[in-house]
Amino acid sequence: MKIAVTGLLRGAVGGAASIDIEAATIRELMNKLVERYPQTESHLDAGIAVAINGEIFRDNWGEPIPVGAEVVLMPRINGG
Amino acid sequence: MSGVHVTTTINGDAVEFVCQPGEVLLDVLRDRVGLTGAKEGCGTGDCGACSVTVDDRLVCACLVLGAEVEGRTVTTVEGMASGGKLHALQSKFIEHAALQCGICTPGFLVSAKALLDRNPDPSETQIRYALAGNLCRCTGYDKIVRAVQAAAKELAVDATKAAKKSAKKAVKKSA
Amino acid sequence: MTTDPSFTNQTFKIIGTRVPRPDGLDKVTGRARYGADASAAGQLVGLILRSPHAHAQIKKIDISKAEKLPGVKAIITSDDLPDLVKGKRDMLDILENCMARGRALYDGHAVAAVAAIDAETARQALKLIKVEYKVLPHVTDVDEAMQDNAPVVQSWVRTTGNPESNKPTNVCQVSQFGHGDIEAGFAEADVIIERSYKTEQTHQGYIEPHACLASVGPDGQGELWVTTQGHYTFRTQCAQLLGMDIAKLKVTSSEIGGGFGGKTHVWMEPIALALSRKANRPVKLVLTREEVFRGTGPTCSTSIDVKIGAKRDGRITGALAVLRYQDGAFPGIWGMLGGMTAWACYDLPNVKAIAYDVLVNRPKVAAYRAPSAPMAAFAVESTMDLVAHQIGMDPVDFRLLNAAKEGTRASYGPTYGPIGIRATLEAVKNHPQMKAKLGPNQGRGMACGFWFNFGGQTCATINIGVDGTVNVSVGTVDVGGSRASLSLIAAEELGVSYESVKCTIADTASLGHNDTTEGSRGTFSSGMAIIFAARNAVNELRARAAKTWDIPVEEVEWKDGQACAIGMQHNNLEPLSLAKIAAKSPRTGGPIAGHNETVADGAGVSFASHICDVEVDPETGATKVLRYTVIQDAGKAIHPDYVEGQFQGAAAQGIGWALNEEYVYGKDGRLQNPGFLDYRIPVCSDLPFIDTKILEIPNPGHPYGIRGVGETSIVPPLAAIGNAVSNAVGVRMNHVPMSPPRILKAIKAQRAAG
Repeated sequence: MKIAVTGLLRGAVGGAASIDIEAATIRELMNKLVERYPQTESHLDAGIAVAINGEIFRDNWGEPIPVGAEVVLMPRINGG
Repeated sequence: MSGVHVTTTINGDAVEFVCQPGEVLLDVLRDRVGLTGAKEGCGTGDCGACSVTVDDRLVCACLVLGAEVEGRTVTTVEGMASGGKLHALQSKFIEHAALQCGICTPGFLVSAKALLDRNPDPSETQIRYALAGNLCRCTGYDKIVRAVQAAAKELAVDATKAAKKSAKKAVKKSA
Repeated sequence: MTTDPSFTNQTFKIIGTRVPRPDGLDKVTGRARYGADASAAGQLVGLILRSPHAHAQIKKIDISKAEKLPGVKAIITSDDLPDLVKGKRDMLDILENCMARGRALYDGHAVAAVAAIDAETARQALKLIKVEYKVLPHVTDVDEAMQDNAPVVQSWVRTTGNPESNKPTNVCQVSQFGHGDIEAGFAEADVIIERSYKTEQTHQGYIEPHACLASVGPDGQGELWVTTQGHYTFRTQCAQLLGMDIAKLKVTSSEIGGGFGGKTHVWMEPIALALSRKANRPVKLVLTREEVFRGTGPTCSTSIDVKIGAKRDGRITGALAVLRYQDGAFPGIWGMLGGMTAWACYDLPNVKAIAYDVLVNRPKVAAYRAPSAPMAAFAVESTMDLVAHQIGMDPVDFRLLNAAKEGTRASYGPTYGPIGIRATLEAVKNHPQMKAKLGPNQGRGMACGFWFNFGGQTCATINIGVDGTVNVSVGTVDVGGSRASLSLIAAEELGVSYESVKCTIADTASLGHNDTTEGSRGTFSSGMAIIFAARNAVNELRARAAKTWDIPVEEVEWKDGQACAIGMQHNNLEPLSLAKIAAKSPRTGGPIAGHNETVADGAGVSFASHICDVEVDPETGATKVLRYTVIQDAGKAIHPDYVEGQFQGAAAQGIGWALNEEYVYGKDGRLQNPGFLDYRIPVCSDLPFIDTKILEIPNPGHPYGIRGVGETSIVPPLAAIGNAVSNAVGVRMNHVPMSPPRILKAIKAQRAAG
């Protein structure tokens, strides 16, 4: 499954704009991400949000990732 | 430092308190008399959140000393309603959603009442300039001005009704 | 949370009606209690001593004289605040911002605090504290701070991102967003416009200063009454910083007198708790207005370069923004946020944003309503008008041609679902204001804006009283009237009247964790939690009716606030109202309630387009806003009055930002205007009535289609006014605020140039 990577996270995955990870939920995606790219662990603390088909998920790691969904890793941001 | 003993009238009630000479009316109202309706937004007379009237004159309570109200009458937002009946401004503010966080609302109500008491039929421009001493950060003032306009209308209707009533009474009496 | 398109085409009974808000009476009579309105027996007054230097080493703090002053009960310095955060940098930064640790990083940085029996004693005590400073060189401008020879604000900071660096620096990170090939994009453009812009620092300007009443005992249990946008977040932060158990610190949110992002994390509350703990008495700590400006979190000042390339037919082929944002004295992600939002309104094949986060000797920046977006939008939307002008295309048509739509790949990464920007632009095109005549020195401008909306951890509980009236407890602080909307939602779901519902913001002991009210999430998240809590309550109500009738619960449906038995065989069974079922509840199973703990997500994004008419006095440079219209997509307006109020309030803040508000720093690095006289926010006579148009393009991620509305409309005004001023007097302003001296200077420069 193609996972698009944006912002500072690219540095943690060797500069790639997208990586390949199979995952059925956000939790699985995060676990495999850290396993494969250990440098992403510090970003996890700062917060990584996941956009699935354009919807941004900040905390709901149980969220399932449908087959064929567009998945984008983004910084976890707040409003005001 | 010895305190100053002050006897005054607040919202129609006789009140006595002791305060420091340098203590402002706002702190006296909030900390000694227990009326926390007037708020401190700036302490320097720039925001109007502490608006009260002293002898019917609109003032910033942060710019008046507690000792200065000796022998005078003070009105705060807590004195606007008559028992269970809200002043027209108070009901219109709720009706027209003229408040969001509400922190500036007491000040606006006192200022708007002071305006309508001396000018019962103000234009939009007159309302805006009369209220220019009260800062609001939430509403953009739109619904506040509309609420004041609506209250002015309602008060005018009430005044006409009351005038008709007392005219009728006078006719009856003389008959 | 799955999205269900069938959710979005419902008809509602009371959602969308303009009901009076439940907290209205308290707020118009002065009964409502805000942060500074609570008192406790034996309370002490807390006051904070602040650095008068922009950057200084603190060599010594001598509290001996102050301690001896009769009536002083506790004095705190950073010695009383050990580092308990186990290496979490962001928490340590918050702690250091609450109280300096060996060095003062900005004018106004707290260095010590006292608690005394009254304000006068506390003030005297502050005067008796002797602080020995070694003044260091400072830097307050974002561009200057990036130079190689600039004074370094935080010696541990290294640049992350591209380029990475191992040298001490003020550039804490460089981030990039975008897709496509920028160089190729510019190569195929017929027209290229490149401009640079600066925006000055502004403060959220809430009328209520930060205030709290803290009470901590030697047994480690404590209470905090505080004005906040998130009492659960404050609880977590205070507990972590002070080494307290979260469950033992009860935080109650007072009514809040404005936040706008500035009350989303602690500034002085841990100090109040620490003073209380040391003195073993309640401590009331209220900031002055000067302290609010100097010692809490304004937004960033920025420096932004924008380059847009387009073909003659109007299609943008390349878009580049380089953004430099100062975060104050502690690292933040504000520049990155600006980079993410800069191009979000448009459908661009080749787009790039490079964002720098830079440290300076200024207060720690906090979120301010759609944080970082207004500045980026000022730069982008001003340049969009310049390109449209160069091509000879109407600015609205130019934007429509390039606007993002469903299926567009956003500049910050994901692909958009159904969104409202085209609808807002079409509404602008057809709005009567666009056709109104303009007089001399008058001009019209328009601009678009984008903001994310967020969900988050949310809990809600619905308790049904034996008389059938309903208590709704939520944990998202009500910043602007959301209790009315939340009561409407509960009433709609249960099928009862609005008047029978009472909504309360619960303290931290009464509900599970709720995230802060930010990201326009209050009504969205709590609304969602209430819907699910209500549906749980309805299931329980149906079960009670089934029990009463002795039929299976599957044969009971809930309709219009009543349990109805389905099926011909139950024709004789009269429907049971909620009130009737509630009255029987003690004997059918006890109290009836519905709970929901959820992570609300799927918040959708929000777009707005504004139209602004101004008149500029060419002799003074003063600008008067004549007419203003806000058009924004709300998904579904639960209570239209309060949606309009959010549009108008946000626009007013943007107008103030555009025309007058700025932090003025002297050469000594001290803030010159920490008060409402010289930090001039809009007053009633500055503004006209603000027209609003609510569009409703449902958000498929919410059962009612709700989108967050609170933030987006602060984004367009800076550029809308910039474009209007440009059209009024023919000068392109590239420096916000466009205050009279700046406009006058630009007019004179243009006249001199011939």
